[in-house]
Amino acid sequence: MGQYLILIYTDDASHAAMGEQEVGALMAAHQAFGAEHGEALRGGGWLHPAATATSVRRPDGRETNGFAAGEDALVTDGPYGETKEALGGYYLVEAPDLDAALAIARDVPEPFGGVEVRPLRPTVQQYS
Amino acid sequence: MTDADGPVSRAVADAHRREWAGVLAATVRVTRDLDLAEECVQEAYAQALTAWRDGVPARPGAWLTTAARRRALDAHRRAAVAQRALPLLVVDEVAPEPWGTPPDDLLALLFTCCHPALTAEARVALTLRLLGGLTTPEIARAFLVTEPTMAARLTRAKKKIAAAGVPFRVPGPDELPRRLAGVLTVVALVLTTGHTAPTGAALVRDDLLDRAHDLARLLRSRFPDDADVAGLLALVLLTDARRASRTDPAGGLVLLADQDRASWDADMITEGRVLVRTALTARPVRRYAVLAAIAAVHADAATFADTDWPEIVGLYDVLAARWPSPVVTLNRAVAVGFADGPDAGLAALDALRDEPRLAAYGYLAAARGELLRRAGRDAEARTALEEAALLTANDVERELLADRLAALDG
Repeated sequence: MGQYLILIYTDDASHAAMGEQEVGALMAAHQAFGAEHGEALRGGGWLHPAATATSVRRPDGRETNGFAAGEDALVTDGPYGETKEALGGYYLVEAPDLDAALAIARDVPEPFGGVEVRPLRPTVQQYS
Repeated sequence: MTDADGPVSRAVADAHRREWAGVLAATVRVTRDLDLAEECVQEAYAQALTAWRDGVPARPGAWLTTAARRRALDAHRRAAVAQRALPLLVVDEVAPEPWGTPPDDLLALLFTCCHPALTAEARVALTLRLLGGLTTPEIARAFLVTEPTMAARLTRAKKKIAAAGVPFRVPGPDELPRRLAGVLTVVALVLTTGHTAPTGAALVRDDLLDRAHDLARLLRSRFPDDADVAGLLALVLLTDARRASRTDPAGGLVLLADQDRASWDADMITEGRVLVRTALTARPVRRYAVLAAIAAVHADAATFADTDWPEIVGLYDVLAARWPSPVVTLNRAVAVGFADGPDAGLAALDALRDEPRLAAYGYLAAARGELLRRAGRDAEARTALEEAALLTANDVERELLADRLAALDG
């Protein structure tokens, strides 16, 4: 068994242009997805659009001070990387292998973009 | 004492050729790690060089599997594996053999190598390495990349298989048709790459053709009712039947028109024909069945002049309707050039004039040059053939084009 993060990439502008009914239908599709794959789901979330993102990084050229950006971190408006499709949400699933994870990923409702499936390293500290 | 050409070396080389894939696949089940399995199998072959001096075992594959698996178990015991950075390959538990069906490790290994989560380049490279037993330099040479590039490609693919959990398994019935199509693509690529090596001094890569043969046979034995599999094996057989006649004693290229048809392998052609007939009955029509049917029309012609070109054009029409591609358009135009004359062929080629995917494809220039030459437009033919010579990295093809150019001047 391994854990996989399914990253959902979407086009925020197309998303914003959806009518109320369409949004309702998309939500229903996610609920149906959750019901279908409930046993494998370990978490998930829907993000506000990338326009609400704030990036925090180490100022250019500064030596690392430990591993973190620290107090003088550069705080900027916007996502870490600008792309047409931005991270819009995620599901965390547990699956026996990649084929099983991909079978779940195929069912993720996402009308404007697509999803990326990433295996989690088993040694990473688990939070609950 | 070495016996480089002695009976033991020959037996080991022969076992490498015949048994490598099966031994490796059975060892992967124990190691659950592709690199470690490869290492153990290589050591088993090295061990055979000494051990078989007292007699070559009756079942070399079984001997090698036992030896490789023993080494794998030793490695596990040394616990090196326990502290590995990479996770182990996902391998299904199976019931011990007296009760359960023995797992098809060979097929599982093939499906793992051809998994859609890997790049197309990695799929064919891994297949040649793990099922074909080819070395990294051999594979690098076949695909026009440097050795370090190919080594990195293989390493990256193996790491992804382990880290992402690509399973060591034959897909279930739901997924099988889609996944099998991916495997067939890999085998077909091995076939075309072996048939005309993209680079180097020899026209044909015997090792690649042999591997395409083995893989197509393996698939046919496992999927006897699949028409695409039958078509692919037929395509391999009908293409490979001409191997001996495609080069002259000096290694020069002999075109289909000039090949000694008596030297074509009659057994392969007979078997290929039977398979084509079966494959063509499937509905909807299957791509590899049509490709094999084209090869069969050539095999049926006693001489080049007897070739049923209208039939070949018709088969390319089927391909163009269902699986259109610039290469299909090109090959169809060549067939039209023989069926209806060079002017008709040139007209059919016009569709590709601005095709970006063929901009650096030497066969387009070569085909145009040949049609122009037959149409008596020598100056234009020269330009096209010169362009084709610049675009091929295969020495034998370049020599043939040089001969054609010299003939134009004469």
